[in-house]
Formats: sequence, structure tokens, C-alpha cells
Amino acid sequence: MGNRTPLYEAHVAQGAKMVDFSGWDMPIHYGSQIEEHHRVRRAAGMFDVSHMCVVDLRGARTRELLRYLMANDVAKLDGLPGKALYSCMLNTRGGVIDDLIIYHMDDVWYRVVVNAGTREKDIAWMRQHAPSFDVEIEVRSDLAMIAVQGPEARDKVHQVMRARAADVKGLVRFAAAESGQWFVARTGYTGEDGYEIMLPEEQAEDLWHALAETGVAPCGLGARDTLRLEAGMNLYGQDMSEETSPLISGLGWAIAWEPQDRNFIGREVLEAERSAGVRQQLVGLVLEEKGVLRAHQKVVVEGLGEGEITSGSFSPTLGKAIALARLPAGEASRCSVEIRGKLLAARIVKPPFVRNGKAVIN
Amino acid sequence: MSNVPEELKYTKSHEWVRREADGSVTIGITEHAQELLGDMVFVELPEVGRQLAAEEDCAVVESVKAASDVYAPITGEVTEANSALEDSPEIVNQSPYSDGWLFRMVPADAAEIDGLLDAAGYAAVVAEESH
Repeated sequence: MGNRTPLYEAHVAQGAKMVDFSGWDMPIHYGSQIEEHHRVRRAAGMFDVSHMCVVDLRGARTRELLRYLMANDVAKLDGLPGKALYSCMLNTRGGVIDDLIIYHMDDVWYRVVVNAGTREKDIAWMRQHAPSFDVEIEVRSDLAMIAVQGPEARDKVHQVMRARAADVKGLVRFAAAESGQWFVARTGYTGEDGYEIMLPEEQAEDLWHALAETGVAPCGLGARDTLRLEAGMNLYGQDMSEETSPLISGLGWAIAWEPQDRNFIGREVLEAERSAGVRQQLVGLVLEEKGVLRAHQKVVVEGLGEGEITSGSFSPTLGKAIALARLPAGEASRCSVEIRGKLLAARIVKPPFVRNGKAVIN
Repeated sequence: MSNVPEELKYTKSHEWVRREADGSVTIGITEHAQELLGDMVFVELPEVGRQLAAEEDCAVVESVKAASDVYAPITGEVTEANSALEDSPEIVNQSPYSDGWLFRMVPADAAEIDGLLDAAGYAAVVAEESH
């Protein structure tokens, strides 16, 4: 038996098919992964993401610690309480330990949300560096987390929150606010608008049922994966890892090079990689023939060489197979993907594939 | 427990086989198999005229989650493939034992069909797997 979230019983009662995910018993779907996907694109769906790990960092020098630990610069959040930042946390070789979201709550409190599969090493890494900055690290295992996503998601959450909705209605994208014991963030992993709500675990089931009553569909990790892939969002462990730098993982935009005197772990290695010329790139693929793109399929690009798919699936919105692939650096618009011994034609595109319910590529 | 029709024959690899009046057999995947795979998004079928040996992999069903090989239950020649699945692979989920059939074969030796699992035998295979 794996770890269970406070919503485990609710999932089983709703007919979820449960699978192991990084040591957690999680719902993969409640009947049809594709229908759940469409519900999020067209209306609203909810995901139990309580397996993700909330870490609170507190202390006068928390900002300083995070500026050293993160490839992105939390100084961008100065003077913006509640605002969030996406970042990679790198090892000394410039590889990605994890990708995460940092919420700046006040001058002495930052909240970080990390992936389930990496929580132990993330916490160990933060704890290793925290003492030099007198930062206290608290793992919030007492919190559950529910993501409500889709064009109707925020309305549904406001309905459930009633009078307390006033606490969150004014949130801009990528910002969070507290509402009583709840922490409500206008963030997500689907390419749709919505909230991620962190709350005391004993309240999770009530919120889950209240949302269901307003018509929000329970969605599993299967739909979460196709939604994030359409949105062109990387999945840790597939599209990047400790062995790949952000520069070859489509995450160069999340590295803050300025100011030049900010020393962060991995900086030297990334600078050397950049000045030597980045040798690979992460791109989007759209299969032009029938079939399904899958991780580890070989990609052949005429004139550039060979690469590999890092994440692939069927896009329910486009009705075609799509993928993220790591290819040699260089310009190209077409490639072939080897599927069961045959080379099938695919187009190279710049992700995302879908945003806010609409296809953004043909 | 998923539906396992009494009148069909089965393989351990989750194909079902139905004897037709004209001596041919129709082949598909079981309700249990489609449940395991989830939403079907692509089906690759054998070409008509292809000679298959029993247990040869001859088709692929792909769901959002995974690709799965389909094996020839018996030796014989492919006489028809279900072209409706090309544009609507979800039929395999909706009606695995009727409209969601995959292909038809003429058996080289009809006696080979008798050696396949009956409904009870297949139900036992499924029960064992889910333990």
C-alpha cells in the first residue's frame, strides 16, 4: 500500500481507478481520461494534488537563501506580496533537482511547492543550505491541495467560498492569498485559468464534495498529464532531470541571468554551457500521420541528426499525437519519428499546443 | 468483474474469438483488456491477406496511456479488418464484443479454436491477474 491523501476514500467512492504515482495511491481517471480532459478545457475539473509537497521557509534571510538556491530570481517578487515565481532548483552541475513554484508571502515567509517524486531530495537540499542563512524549513504535511482548473473554475470556487470569495476574487494570475486557513493561488498545470487551494487536510473532503455539487468534475492524473502536455509544460523526470540543464529543457526563460553578480548554484556551469553554445533544444512535435507519440521514441531530423521524445501522448483537443522532444540545436520544421520500426512524419513546433481552451498550432 | 460472454473463446493475452457461420472467426480484445488500457486513440490492424501464425503479434491498440500488442489467437489468413476503427478507435471501449471487433481470419485448422480458453477459463485468468 502506498501513501494516501486525505481524499483517498472519496476517490474510491467516486469510482476512480487508482495507480501508484511516486509512492502514492492516486486516481488515474474516474472512467474516461479524455472526457475529464475536455471538462477542464471547456468547463471545470478538479485534481487532488495533495501528494505534492508544501514547504514553508521562514526567516529574515529567506530571500537571500532562495536567490542562492534558485535559477530564477525571487527578487522579481520584491514588493509584490502573494506573487509567485516558477523556478528550477539546480545541482552544482547545472542539472535540475526539481522545478517548483515559489510564493512570496511577506518579507520573512516564502512558500515553495515541490513535486511528489522529488520531495525527499528537495527538502534535504534546502535543509543543507538553510542553516547558513538562518532559515527555518517546515514541511506542511498537514495541508491537502486541490487544483480547480478550467474556464469556469474560478466561478465555481467563488460559489463554494461564499462571502470569503472576496479574499481571492482580486487575485491576478500567478498570485496567491490567504483566506482563513486556506491558501488560494491562481496557478495551475493545465494551461487553463483556475486555482490551486492548499488547506488543512481535515477540510479537504468537504471542499471536494462542495465543488462536485457545483458541477466540477473530478479528474485524474491521466488528464492532468495530457493537459500539461498540450500546455507545453515540462514534467519533472521526463522532460528534465538532474542530468539535463534548463538550457536544453526549454527552460532558459526561467533562468535569471541578471543581475550578473547574483551567485546561484549552477550558474557557472550554465554560463559555460551558454558561451560554448547550447547543443540541444526541447521542441514540440505534432505527428502528421496516425499513431501515438511516446517517450523515448527516436526522432530523426534531416541535417541536424537524431533526438528523442521526452513526453508524448494523444492530444484530445487537437485529435492528434503531440510530444516534447529533445533534438540537436538548429533550425528545422520537419522530422521523422520511429514508431515500431516505421518512420512517420512529424512537424516541429514551438509549444504550447493549446492555451485557454484553444489550439494555438494548426 | 467485467463481462465475459459464454459463447466466445479466449486467449491468455486477452483476445476473444467468435466462430462465424461461414467458418471464419472474428477477433477482438476483451472488455477487461479495454478497461485496463482506458480511452483508445489508435488502432493498427493487420492487412487483408496476411498469413498469421498463432501467437504472432499482428495488431496494436493504443490508449492515451499505453500501446498494447494484439496476438493472433490461431493460425490462418486475415480476411477483413474493421476499418471503422481507423477514425473511431473509441468503439473498442464502447462495445468490445460487437462493433469494436478488430479483424477476421479463416483458420488453417478449425480444431485449433477448441484449444482456446472458454469463458470460465478466461475469467480465472483475469481473477488471477487482479491479485
